[in-house]
Amino acid sequence: MVTVKDETMPIRTSEDVVRVRQAARELAMAQGLSLVDQTKIVTAASELARNTLDHGGGGTVRIEALNSEARRGLRLTFEDHGPGIQDINLALTDGYTTGAGLGLGLSGAKRLSNEFEIFSRVGEGTRVMIARWR
Amino acid sequence: MNQKGKSRIPELISKRESDLLADWMREQMAATTLRGDLMKESELREQSRQFLNLMIRAASQQPNMDNINAPAWEETREFLSGISRSRAHQGFSPTETATFIFSLKQPLFSMLRQELEGDSKRLADEMWVATALLDKLGLFTAEAYQRGREEVIGRQQQELLELSTPVVVLWEGILALPLIGTLDSARTQVVMESLLQKIVETGAGIAIIDITGVPTVDTLVAQHLLKTVAAARLMGADCIISGIRPQIAQTIVHLGVNLADVITKSTLADAFAIALRRSRLVITRAENLS
Amino acid sequence: MERIPILKMGDFLLVTIQVDMHDRLALTLQDDLTEGIAKTRARGVLIDISSLEIVDSFIGRMLGHIAAMARVLDAETVVVGMRPAVAITLVELGLSLPGVRTALNVEQGMSLLQLARAEQENVNGYGER
Repeated sequence: MVTVKDETMPIRTSEDVVRVRQAARELAMAQGLSLVDQTKIVTAASELARNTLDHGGGGTVRIEALNSEARRGLRLTFEDHGPGIQDINLALTDGYTTGAGLGLGLSGAKRLSNEFEIFSRVGEGTRVMIARWR
Repeated sequence: MNQKGKSRIPELISKRESDLLADWMREQMAATTLRGDLMKESELREQSRQFLNLMIRAASQQPNMDNINAPAWEETREFLSGISRSRAHQGFSPTETATFIFSLKQPLFSMLRQELEGDSKRLADEMWVATALLDKLGLFTAEAYQRGREEVIGRQQQELLELSTPVVVLWEGILALPLIGTLDSARTQVVMESLLQKIVETGAGIAIIDITGVPTVDTLVAQHLLKTVAAARLMGADCIISGIRPQIAQTIVHLGVNLADVITKSTLADAFAIALRRSRLVITRAENLS
Repeated sequence: MERIPILKMGDFLLVTIQVDMHDRLALTLQDDLTEGIAKTRARGVLIDISSLEIVDSFIGRMLGHIAAMARVLDAETVVVGMRPAVAITLVELGLSLPGVRTALNVEQGMSLLQLARAEQENVNGYGER
């Protein structure tokens, strides 16, 4: 059965982060991802949602089902109009996974996903896309 | 109708939809390939109806109906992928699945002959369009079916895998996982996940992963092994890797894989001895055995 | 306000996290635990995460903070019941939960706490408080 989904959710409060996790989990399950793959994408979503809230000043996430022949899964696009990331490469280094600074979880989210894209401009905002499929 | 012209097929299908559907259903139900045991007539009728509508919609964006790989046909392709895949999962044969498309030819030709009577050039052109289109869609369906079969086989392999790599309880709290044969990335992942699951189920504090029976280990497999050990430790259990043969040891060092944090022993027996010691278990010889 | 209940089991405190926590709830738990350890003079804290399907870096840091604060208050912390999928994901994420001891279940967690306590007392040379 094909699940058609394309929903945009706000990320303005910590309860929203929980809702994003739940929505991601539901879709991952509906698309038939294995338990481990579900856990990975939901955890990545949690990291990025929190980034959007804590560092981006709040924003949105667009949750889409992927239903093409080669890819059956989901894609999440996080967007904020916050300060942006000055040095993306630095933010993506492993050293940030144990610290408490900006970009925490970015490299982790990348490792947990099949696809990862980031676009950020200082003073304008950040957009991060992750996708996972069966 | 010239090459770039607009086909009248979608308009005619719209006009004669109920007749066409009835004819097509008659063809499908009469076919020797019908699987009444696997699919109800009402469901087949609904799929047929949807397909005709999708064809009309695709044609509205691509009037000459000649390229099924274009975006105009995306909805139709997804629909066909879906029904082919589900037929593959249900156990239909490839022919039974392709019949869905090919059985539409005769009814469609009949309808075209009736509607375009008197205009033999137009009729010939439209029949050509129809046959070319249905052939392409039929082939697409066959390929989608094939992918569906591969999914089924993949899943069966997975299940077989889980059954064929049993985790052994050596003693209370001590598990052993003897790996045999070549390990590919996918297999290793499945095996490792089931080991972690077994650790939780049995509450075993120590798991021995024995790779005596594994001829070669590449970077990916080595990394999976290490990740498993790390995951087990996070959960509260320890892993010992045993049976590392000299060649594998060389490969591991060569690949730069860091085994510093992991206990490794060359034989399963040595690993078992360590496991016993850590579990504060001692084996003593009985004084008198009658 | 909603709170996660903390149970007293002898000298130890037991916390079972069963809900998908939002950040404020997690921080409240941290505070409640610190207060609880100090008030009851507990020697150990057992955190049962067997119901958690997701542990991200925030929760991971929370567990690390709890362990660190407990240690300052002379109590050990053991986290039990981590699910395999969660463990695999944490490894991939690169989170190692430094300073946090783990055990497979509450029973083994208790033994670990008692063991840790006994070792500590040997080192300190103190008997019962």
